Amino acid sequence: MEICGGQTHSFLRHGLDALLPSQIELVHGPGCPVCVTPLEQIDKAIAIASRPEVIFTSYGDMLRVPGSSTDLFSVRAKGGDVRVVYSPLEAVQLAEAHPDKEVVFFAIGFETTAPANAMAVLLVQRKGITNFSIITAQVRVPPAIEAILQAESCRVQGFLAAGHVCAVMGFHEYLPITEIFQIPIVVTGFEPIDLLQGLYATIRQLEAGQAQVENQYQRAVSQQGNTAAQQSIQQAFQPVDRKWRGIGTIPKSGWGLRPELATFDAELKFEVQNLLSQESPLCIAGEILQGLKKPWHALPLAKNVPRKTRWVPLWSPRKGPARPITGTIDKISLDIESPSPQGRDNNYNKNQELWG
Amino acid sequence: MNKPDFAGAACPTPHQPKETVLLGHGSGGTLSRELIEQVFLPELGAVAPRSLDDAAIIETTGQEQGQRLALSTDSHVVEPLFFPGGDIGHLAVCGTVNDLAMVGARPLALTCGFILEEGLPFATLRQVLTSMRVAAEEAGIYLAAGDTKVVQRGSADKMFINTSGVGVVDQGVQISGANARPGDVIILSGTLGDHGITVLAAREGLGFETDLASDAAPLNHLVQAMLAAGTIHVLRDPTRGGLATSLVEISEQSQVSLLIEEDKLPVKPAVRAACEMLGFDPLFIANEGKLVAFVPPEDAETVLATMRKTRYGEDAAIIGRVLDAGKAQAQLQTAIGGTRLLDMLPGELLPRIC
Repeated sequence: MEICGGQTHSFLRHGLDALLPSQIELVHGPGCPVCVTPLEQIDKAIAIASRPEVIFTSYGDMLRVPGSSTDLFSVRAKGGDVRVVYSPLEAVQLAEAHPDKEVVFFAIGFETTAPANAMAVLLVQRKGITNFSIITAQVRVPPAIEAILQAESCRVQGFLAAGHVCAVMGFHEYLPITEIFQIPIVVTGFEPIDLLQGLYATIRQLEAGQAQVENQYQRAVSQQGNTAAQQSIQQAFQPVDRKWRGIGTIPKSGWGLRPELATFDAELKFEVQNLLSQESPLCIAGEILQGLKKPWHALPLAKNVPRKTRWVPLWSPRKGPARPITGTIDKISLDIESPSPQGRDNNYNKNQELWG
Repeated sequence: MNKPDFAGAACPTPHQPKETVLLGHGSGGTLSRELIEQVFLPELGAVAPRSLDDAAIIETTGQEQGQRLALSTDSHVVEPLFFPGGDIGHLAVCGTVNDLAMVGARPLALTCGFILEEGLPFATLRQVLTSMRVAAEEAGIYLAAGDTKVVQRGSADKMFINTSGVGVVDQGVQISGANARPGDVIILSGTLGDHGITVLAAREGLGFETDLASDAAPLNHLVQAMLAAGTIHVLRDPTRGGLATSLVEISEQSQVSLLIEEDKLPVKPAVRAACEMLGFDPLFIANEGKLVAFVPPEDAETVLATMRKTRYGEDAAIIGRVLDAGKAQAQLQTAIGGTRLLDMLPGELLPRIC
């Protein structure tokens, strides 16, 4: 499984998936922050963005993601002041330039965006800016890996960890995961040669019956990562339980604002905690992100629905991987408490069956 | 299970029926196509052409030697008005000249409609008009008629320009997006994405600078030179939506499959770097002075050599070929040897976060 949406994009963009031997099946992981942002938080964002006093700022690709009934593009078309920014610091500048408005930033992303989001919050606190707040929808990779591995139907036998996440956080967090679950994790970059080398390292471990963290991306990643960036995150955020779209709640899988910074929490500021959200029954993003279904499985469902109520699947890359799923697709359960030795043995045995 | 023929939209994708016009409906991609097919054409019925070419061919009687008229219109709303290598006036003339040229027409005259916002400085207007004159002189066309409306401050963004143009298609010239044939060689006239990245970089707040300049240019003389050198089946200027969108459109119009090769695509390093930074693909970036041509294989080298001798075709390159008829798809052979299906730009060009 390549954890990161950027790696998936790179695999498909370079057509690498079609070049791989048939024994290798790429499973696209839940590493797209846009896709995994929970419906409830998109609905909250839409509600806030619709308010006349708000300038709503977001990374561009979040604008077209559907909420329960509409999206941020449509909010903009109906008069909402929704703006694309390339950094949360741009949103801070907007807050300074428009003191009569409330500027809200949609803080989505993994550990890669968290330091800049933390810096933005700490900056407005230091400057005494009161018309800036964020919707915190940030997520953490290691708990997601653990959740995938603990599911009974887990088919994943090795991970390509996201190089840019590890550039920030290092890879020390992955060491206990390989130990407990006996599964290879290879920190991997995004160039074609990085991905192929990451795959090669993973398969080599599987064939040797090993389960270690390897760092393919040594030119950018160290074991401890960027400690200054980590300190910024720690100053602004704390781990919280987070719901992932289509997957469910994963314990301690998100970053939430620290209590002393609650004044910058847009959900509290605008009182949107109690919205009713309704996910489309056709959304199978969660199963896709866990490798249980493929993107094209959603299309027949979508085609059977009248145009007026049609939902195209949330997760639908331009081109699916070359091979269909083999084996059984089970319903997955993610009610997780703690890693179990049983999970370790199951995965270890699966590795042995395929590669041993 | 068969391997899926998956050419759906990118993730994440808009999926709800739209009740209002979105900015993405003007992007030149899938949403624009939906707007035309689901709103414009059903309402306009038989009085509107079904062709998706850049200009309409008007069959008339009384034309000499089998000539036909070509007609096109285009509106320009670029922000900012001025950018390295061009401005809205230059674009307005080049855009319609090129639309006419892309059906093989010799452009003759343009009309210009201006919507000006109250408070626009005359100096700005004069600067734009000067650019229009210079571009019209280069193209060799006449600005035949005009119209001006002024709207209240806040009702328009400084100025919008519409240009409509008429041209003549000579006897024997048969160019359409529906004319691609198996074996055709695909030629691109120059580097990809210069205009789109230049305008993006010129917008406030993007935070990077480049030495790039817009490629906006009138291509009618280039097209006439190409027509003199050989047969041309298809011409298209890959503007909004970029080359990928144009190729998908042509594959659908002609019902052919085509393959282009990534390592043959000319892209300037600055464009490639900006795309890497923003998560864009040069294949989807707008161009305003480039064309893609589908040429029978026997004429390809002659046409290419002719293009390379011209000002706007000196970087021309063969980038691919038409494979088969019957299945509409555009594929890219990547530099590393894989292939991927190309799709139209789904909506607005957005930087990716992941």
